[in-house]
Amino acid sequence: MVSRTTDDYLAMVTAGCRAVCEPAFWAGYDRKSVDGFYDYFCQLTDYEPKRAAKFALPHFSWLCLNPKEAEDTGLADDVLALIPQFLDRPNVLGIGEIGLNKNTRNELSVLEKHIDLAARHDQLILVHTPHLEDKLKGTRLIVDAILGDKRIEPARVIIDHVEEHTAPLVLDKGFWAGITLYPESKCTSARAVDMLEMYGRERVWLNCACDWGVSDPLAVPKTALEMRKRGHSEETIDRVLYANPRRFLLQSPRFAAVFGDEGMIFPTVPSGKRSLSPTRDSF
Amino acid sequence: MGAEMGIKTEQGDDRRGPDGKQLLDLVFLEARAKLIDIAGILDRIDRYGGAEDYRLRAFYRALEELSRPGGGDRARRVLTTFSDPTDEPVDSPLMHGATGAWPGGEKE
Ligand SMILES: [Zn+2]
Repeated sequence: MVSRTTDDYLAMVTAGCRAVCEPAFWAGYDRKSVDGFYDYFCQLTDYEPKRAAKFALPHFSWLCLNPKEAEDTGLADDVLALIPQFLDRPNVLGIGEIGLNKNTRNELSVLEKHIDLAARHDQLILVHTPHLEDKLKGTRLIVDAILGDKRIEPARVIIDHVEEHTAPLVLDKGFWAGITLYPESKCTSARAVDMLEMYGRERVWLNCACDWGVSDPLAVPKTALEMRKRGHSEETIDRVLYANPRRFLLQSPRFAAVFGDEGMIFPTVPSGKRSLSPTRDSF
Repeated sequence: MGAEMGIKTEQGDDRRGPDGKQLLDLVFLEARAKLIDIAGILDRIDRYGGAEDYRLRAFYRALEELSRPGGGDRARRVLTTFSDPTDEPVDSPLMHGATGAWPGGEKE
């Protein structure tokens, strides 16, 4: 995770995290040229996996131009043209996190181009939804845009950062829903477990915000404690925190190459004490 | 703690944990403290001269949602109170956004 120190990787491994999945996101500033993205994609697919490997933590990444940088549509087109040459790198899961930030026409146009890119290259999709008052509208626009491309199967798309007012919209259309945990300002562990109890657990995964702001790479394992306090079984906890993201990600041949036989390769990790897929987020 | 209760949730899963009363025992002091914190924030804004602001008006509307009986969807209703209800994408990122409440045309 390019915004974090190696202390975080050590803490995650110690807490039972089995892999880290890092979406392309905002650098803390708007990149000025396509070369900046080339360097960033090299970092995500080359150096960062090596940094995580020192802690025996498999590192995967998603590639895109983040919606926060989508207002410069000329630059967006250049970045979209750059992405295919990275898609065969061994840690690339698909296209993400694409989506909307302020629900603008330019963001929507760039989102549609990313969806087309994913369809043409048969890639999984990870979607960012806006935060705060823009989330409900943005989620509706995103759902419509993806359903408008008949080449995309909703079961190969995870729409992230759902909250109580958007989770049903996403799940009812057959998408996966991501619940992103924040130590302050947005979704807490307690509310995440509320959503699991209210909206079902079949196509839901939990992830940690791990960005430039206040965020906690251990938010997923800590949510296991909240589930345990409420009396959820170890089997249920393992299913939500580990088996679910694994099931979604096994649709990626590159993830399957590492985790296809996970249950047999790592028998020493106790059920209910492992998790997958902390992600990071930029806004 | 309550492990003998064997509460069934809507999904009919295997949760064996606290019932509503036992959960209240666990969270009441935390919820009470958060509520008093909000009261203190609103008092503080008043004491500093008040604020005519769409965010504060949205906040009071959201508080009304908390007081409405049951339904099990207070969080959804509060979030919806703060949300932009329109359907069309906007022309510019500078038009509004990310203040936490939809100005709805009443922004100063
Ligand atoms: Zn995001």
